[in-house]
Amino acid sequence: MRRIRAAAVGAATLSLVLAATSCGGGSSTGGGSNDSPKTLTYWATNQGASLEVDKKVLAPELKKFEKQTGIKVKLEVVPWADLLNRILAATTSGQGPDVLNIGNTWSASLQASGALLPWDEKTFDKIGGKDRFLASALASAGAEGKDPAAVPLYSMAYALYYNKKMFADAGIEKPPATWDELVATGKKLSKDGKWALGAEGSNLSNNIHQVFVLGQQHGADFFDAQGKPDFTSDGAVAAVKQYVDLMAKDKIVAPGNAEYAQNQSLSDFAKDKTAMVLWQTASATFKAQGMSEDEWGVAPAPVQSGTPGTGTSANSMVAGINMSVFKNTDNLDGSLKFVKFMTSDAEQKILNKTYGSIPPVKSAQSDAEFNRPDLKVIRDTLANSAAALPQVPNESQFETVVGTAVKNLFAAAAGGKAVTNESVKAELTKAQQQMPKK
Amino acid sequence: MTVTAPEETGTRAAKTDGPGAARGARPPGRIRRIGLPYLLLLPALLLEILVHLLPIVTGIFMSFKELSQFYLRDWGAAPWRGLDNYSVTVDFDAPIGAALLHSFAITCAFTVLSVGLCWLLGTTAAVYLQETFRGRGVLRALFLVPYALPVYAAVITWAFMFQRDNGLVNHVLHDQLGLTDSPTFWLIGDNSFVALLVVSVWKGWPFAFLIVMAGLQNIPRDMYEAAAIDGAGMWQQIRRITLPSLRPVNQVLVLVLFLWTFNDFNTPYVLFGKSAPESADLISIHIYQSSFATWDFGTGSAMSVLLLLFLLVVTGLYLLVTNRGRKTADV
Repeated sequence: MRRIRAAAVGAATLSLVLAATSCGGGSSTGGGSNDSPKTLTYWATNQGASLEVDKKVLAPELKKFEKQTGIKVKLEVVPWADLLNRILAATTSGQGPDVLNIGNTWSASLQASGALLPWDEKTFDKIGGKDRFLASALASAGAEGKDPAAVPLYSMAYALYYNKKMFADAGIEKPPATWDELVATGKKLSKDGKWALGAEGSNLSNNIHQVFVLGQQHGADFFDAQGKPDFTSDGAVAAVKQYVDLMAKDKIVAPGNAEYAQNQSLSDFAKDKTAMVLWQTASATFKAQGMSEDEWGVAPAPVQSGTPGTGTSANSMVAGINMSVFKNTDNLDGSLKFVKFMTSDAEQKILNKTYGSIPPVKSAQSDAEFNRPDLKVIRDTLANSAAALPQVPNESQFETVVGTAVKNLFAAAAGGKAVTNESVKAELTKAQQQMPKK
Repeated sequence: MTVTAPEETGTRAAKTDGPGAARGARPPGRIRRIGLPYLLLLPALLLEILVHLLPIVTGIFMSFKELSQFYLRDWGAAPWRGLDNYSVTVDFDAPIGAALLHSFAITCAFTVLSVGLCWLLGTTAAVYLQETFRGRGVLRALFLVPYALPVYAAVITWAFMFQRDNGLVNHVLHDQLGLTDSPTFWLIGDNSFVALLVVSVWKGWPFAFLIVMAGLQNIPRDMYEAAAIDGAGMWQQIRRITLPSLRPVNQVLVLVLFLWTFNDFNTPYVLFGKSAPESADLISIHIYQSSFATWDFGTGSAMSVLLLLFLLVVTGLYLLVTNRGRKTADV
C-alpha cells in the first residue's frame, strides 16, 4: 500500500513538473505564426504625463487601425520601472505581447536574448523600407552588423533648457555653448538659494546619458571594439569626473540633486530654483508644471569647444523609443501591419506632436510643428551631433553599474567628500568588475 | 469518489472524540486503500510543490548554469557551469564575493537591530497597554496602523518624508528643532542605514506588539496578584512572571521577525530603488541586482541558494536551542 501511495504522489509531482516546464520557460523556440490573426497585444511605454494619458492618446489611433484592418489591439501601458523586468519575464516564459515598445538603448541587449523579431531587408520592405528612417535612429535599433531588432518610433535628443527670467536677472545675455562657459555662467547664477544647473544624481539612466556624451567628447566609448567593457580609460574617468565636478568642484549643481531620480530637477526649473537643465524634449513637462513657452529658451547642449558635430563634438545621445515584434507572436502579419501603421507618416506626425518628440521617419518631419525653435534644436542635434549608446549585448548592465557608480560619486560629493581622479577610477573599476565576463 | 469523500469526513468528524474513535468509520474501497487523509492533503501538497518546491528546485538548477541574456529564451540550453557560480560568490577577495560579504554583514547588523527594537517596542507597548485606562482601545488600534497599511504606500510616504530638501524629517530636525547644522541626506550616503532601520522598525513593531499582547492574555492575573502580595514590584513582576511566561510566544515571534527582516525586499526597494546605497545594501536587494540588473541569473541563483542554506541552518539551530529548554522542562 505504501508503494501505491508513493507512486500516486510521484505521478502527480511528475505531471506537475512536466506541465510547468512545458508551459513555462526552457523550450520556447517558436518563430511566430498567424494562428490568431484578429487580435494583437501591444505594450506601450509610458510617454505622457501618466498611464491614463497614454491610454487616451493611443486609444483613438488603435481604433483607426482596427477600422482599417479589422485587427483589435489590446493595449497595455507599462511603467518604465517595470518594463525591462516584464520583457525579461515574457522572454523566459515565451508568453509576451505581439508588439512592444522598448527604450532604444536596450535594443542590442534584448536582441541578444533572441526574443525579438529581426528586421531584415524583406521585413523592412513590408513597412516601406529602411530608408524612411533617420540613420542615427536606426543606429540605436540593434548591434552593428546585425539586422536591427527594432524600428524607431519616437526620437529625442538632449538640449540645454534655460530659464529666461533667471538669465536676465543675472545679466546673462546668451546661453552657454561650451562647458567652460556653462561653469562661468553657472557661478553667476548659483547664489541666494538658487542654482545654475539641475541634475538627477540617483537616476541611473540619466547619469549614463550624461557621462556617455561627455565620454564621447573625451574620446571614450565605455566599450572597446570587441564590445568588452572599458570603463576605466582616461577619457571615461575624465568624463565622469567632469560631470560630478559640476556639483563637487564647480558648485553649480545643488547638493540635494544627488538624491533626485523622479524628474525633481524639472520642478525646480519650473519654480525658478534652477536656471538650466540638460534634458530631452522637456516642453510638455514644463507646460504641465505651469510654465509658458516664452519663459524658457533652448540651446544645443554644451561641448568642450567649438560647435556641436560628430565624434568628440557630440553633444547628445540618440534618445528614443523603438518598436519591436515579439518573435513568438501568434499574429506575425498583423504585427507587421501594426508597425507599418504606427510608423506611417500620418501617425508619426500625430503621436510625436502629442508627445513632444521628433519623428524618426524623415518624411514626417516636414510638418511645421517640428520646426518650432525647441524642436529644431533637437532635430538638428539628432541629425548632426548625437551619438548612439554602445549597441552591445551588455548595454543594459552598463547602465546599471556605471549609473550606480555615478550615483555613488554624487552621494560622496553631496556629503562633502572629495571627488578625485582616484575615487572616480575606483568606482568605475568596481563597476567594471561587476560586468559579466562573457 | 469526490462526492463521497466530504460525507465520510463529516461522519468521521461528528463521531470523533479522540484518535481511537475515528477508526470505527473508515471509508470503503479504493479511498481506504489510498488513504483518505492523504487524499485530502493532496491539493495542499500539489500547491506546495507548485508554489514552493518547484521554484526552489528550479533555482538550484539555475545556480549551476551560465544564465545570461543570451539564454533567457531557452534557459534549459544555457551552458553548465558546475560550481563556478558558487566559487565566484564565495571568493571574498574578488569583487563579487566581497560585495556579497559586505551586504551580508550589513544585513546581519540591520536584522539584529531591527528585530531587537521591534521586540523591545512591541513588548513595552503591550505590557503598558495591559492596564485598563481610558483610550486604551483607541491606542491599541492606532498602534496597529503601520501593520495594516499597504507596504508600498507606507514606504513611499517615508521616502517622501526622508527627502533632503522637501522632506518632513529634515523640516522637523533642521528647520524647527535646529538639531542639525545642515539638512541631512537620508536616502543616499551613510545615513541610509538609519533611514532603513527607522522604516523597518516602524513597520515591524506592531506585529511584535500584537503577538506579545496575545501572549499576555494567557498569563493568569492571579499570578501578578500573588506576586504583589509577596511584595514584588512592577519590574520584578515583569522579570519573574511576564518574560518567562512569554517565552514560547517570543521564540516564535523572534524567529518570524528574523526571517522577515533578513529577507525584506520591499522596504529597501521602495525606499532606494534598484541600486541601494552601500550602507543599506541589504542582501535581498543585492541578489536582485545581481540577477535582474546585471542579468547574471546563475550567480544570483547561487547567492539565493546560499542564503537559503544560511537561513535553514540558523533557523534549525535556533529551534534546537529553544526547544532543548522546553523539552528539559517537559521531562
